[in-house]
Amino acid sequence: MRRGKPWAWLVFVLGALYFMLPLVATIQFALSIRRGTYSLDAFTNVLYDAHFQESFVYSFIIGLCAIVVGVLIVAPAAYFVRLRLPRLRPIIEFLTLLPLVIPAIVLVFGYIRLYNTSSFINLTGSALGTDILLTFAYVALALPYMYRAVDTGLRTIDVQTLTEAANILGANTPTILFKVIFPNIIVALLSGAFLTLAIVIGEFTIASLLNRPAFGVYMQNVGANRAYEPAALAIISFIFTWVAMGMIQLLARFAPKTAPS
Amino acid sequence: MPEAAPRRPEFLRLADLVKEFGGIPVVKDANLAFNKGEFITLLGPSGCGKTTILRMIAGFERPTRGSILVEGKDISALPPNQRQIGMVFQAYALFPNMNVENNVAFGLKIAGMPAEQRRARVEEMLKLIGLSGYGKRYPFEMSGGQQQRVALARALAPKPRMLLLDEPLSALDAKIRVSLRQEIRAIQRDLGVTTIFVTHDQEEALSISDRIVVLNAGNVEQVGTPFEVYNRPATRFVATFVGTLNTLNATVLNVADRSVAVDGQAFQLAALPPGAAANAPLALTMRPEAVSLGKPNGQDVVLQGRVAEVSFLGSVIRLKVDLGQNMLSLDTFNDTHTPPPALDQRIEVSLNSSDILILPN
Repeated sequence: MRRGKPWAWLVFVLGALYFMLPLVATIQFALSIRRGTYSLDAFTNVLYDAHFQESFVYSFIIGLCAIVVGVLIVAPAAYFVRLRLPRLRPIIEFLTLLPLVIPAIVLVFGYIRLYNTSSFINLTGSALGTDILLTFAYVALALPYMYRAVDTGLRTIDVQTLTEAANILGANTPTILFKVIFPNIIVALLSGAFLTLAIVIGEFTIASLLNRPAFGVYMQNVGANRAYEPAALAIISFIFTWVAMGMIQLLARFAPKTAPS
Repeated sequence: MPEAAPRRPEFLRLADLVKEFGGIPVVKDANLAFNKGEFITLLGPSGCGKTTILRMIAGFERPTRGSILVEGKDISALPPNQRQIGMVFQAYALFPNMNVENNVAFGLKIAGMPAEQRRARVEEMLKLIGLSGYGKRYPFEMSGGQQQRVALARALAPKPRMLLLDEPLSALDAKIRVSLRQEIRAIQRDLGVTTIFVTHDQEEALSISDRIVVLNAGNVEQVGTPFEVYNRPATRFVATFVGTLNTLNATVLNVADRSVAVDGQAFQLAALPPGAAANAPLALTMRPEAVSLGKPNGQDVVLQGRVAEVSFLGSVIRLKVDLGQNMLSLDTFNDTHTPPPALDQRIEVSLNSSDILILPN
């Protein structure tokens, strides 16, 4: 920043304070479980709670499943729309935005109505079935983020020419997708993946109404029954999100080289 | 449809090929035969259908009607990955995530070639294009010319039965274009692979092709060697598109002695078109290099005019001579001891009546 523009610094400092102060206050509160001294007790209480570990691992696994399913559905769909049906792009973009405007509670009641025990496709009748339903619900929930991330990635490469170049060399569609297209949009796929994970880890409504032991449900329970632990949990949640963001940056460095670093 | 007699065994035939986009014909009844090992150029302006023909041969577009026969077998319904064709694109189309080695090896891997043979073939191809030692580089670390050479190596590595080049030199600067087109031609001659080259650059087409197919608005205008296409253009379009052409508006004076007049200056033609009548207008065309300054070799047509423009092009000087209502361009070699005529100078120009073309529209 150049000299002679102190107002720019002022705006920067005010902005930083706006975001940092609540965070600092939350950290301070989380550390104040013991009167008159700072301690990490709230954090250890949370981290050593068996329910924390179980719910976190559960949400993490469901998140990974949602990422795999999401990538396998969204990436080829975005690729084919861009390659073969570019006229449909505005419609597809509109459809992918629907999860943002349809409340999660409406979505989950729709699922329960469609896939309940008296339905032709009975998914809520078993834990595994409900987990599958939850995974697909998260795929839908993350659709706007995953689609946009993939579409942005596809915009950076000449999809048609690369496809044709690989095709004329003998490659079939799966080979083209996995050897040529996906490696060139790996950073976009990772962004979509980590955004999906961040959404899944904190999601409460769907997991709660499907009665699954997810991390969002655990956080709500802790928030309702404890004083200092929810603040510690919020900080842990933040750290998880930051790590996810950092991972996008870190893994991008190991991504196949497509441009000067 | 014009078609040159094959000298080598016929390899590829396009039979009554038609392509329509939304009912609009882009390629109209193309009937072409390409011989084995030939270097054929599809030449024409933007939108003439040359790239569409190439893409139909590659399998990226399906013909609306007609068939594509390779050694007598119809390949129209085959997907591109089963046609055993190599292709080089205008935009290089190297895979950005792969280094040069992996790019060149891509088709070989797909074909299931063992790793050891693959390595040897990649090395052989890199040597062929003069890029040995560049195997570990990524496309973004190379110049446009180098990238296009890698694209050529990648296309040739699986030993395709045909090579398609879709304006491969368009994105390169002038010097690289000239050197690379010579390299491409040398490699093609070396390997003897049947090659179809698409360009809108007539100089490029004339310099490297065995035969040229001139296209205009989806129609094949002429098929011939560069010499034939340039010197004996079949249509006015070919004559104007390939090289520069003078058009003089003349009037027929006498049908019996084949005399015509241009801006009041009379001379005799070698022949008049059938149906020519006295006092009828007639368009005469000739190449600038067919016209000489003065009358050095006893040419039979002599015209007087005034120098309207002098363009110094290095080895050649192009003059524009005002004949009255008509303007005539002529090219003369740059003679270091003789300065070109001055502007407005009255000069005499001449040509042989046999060099005058009367072309159908």
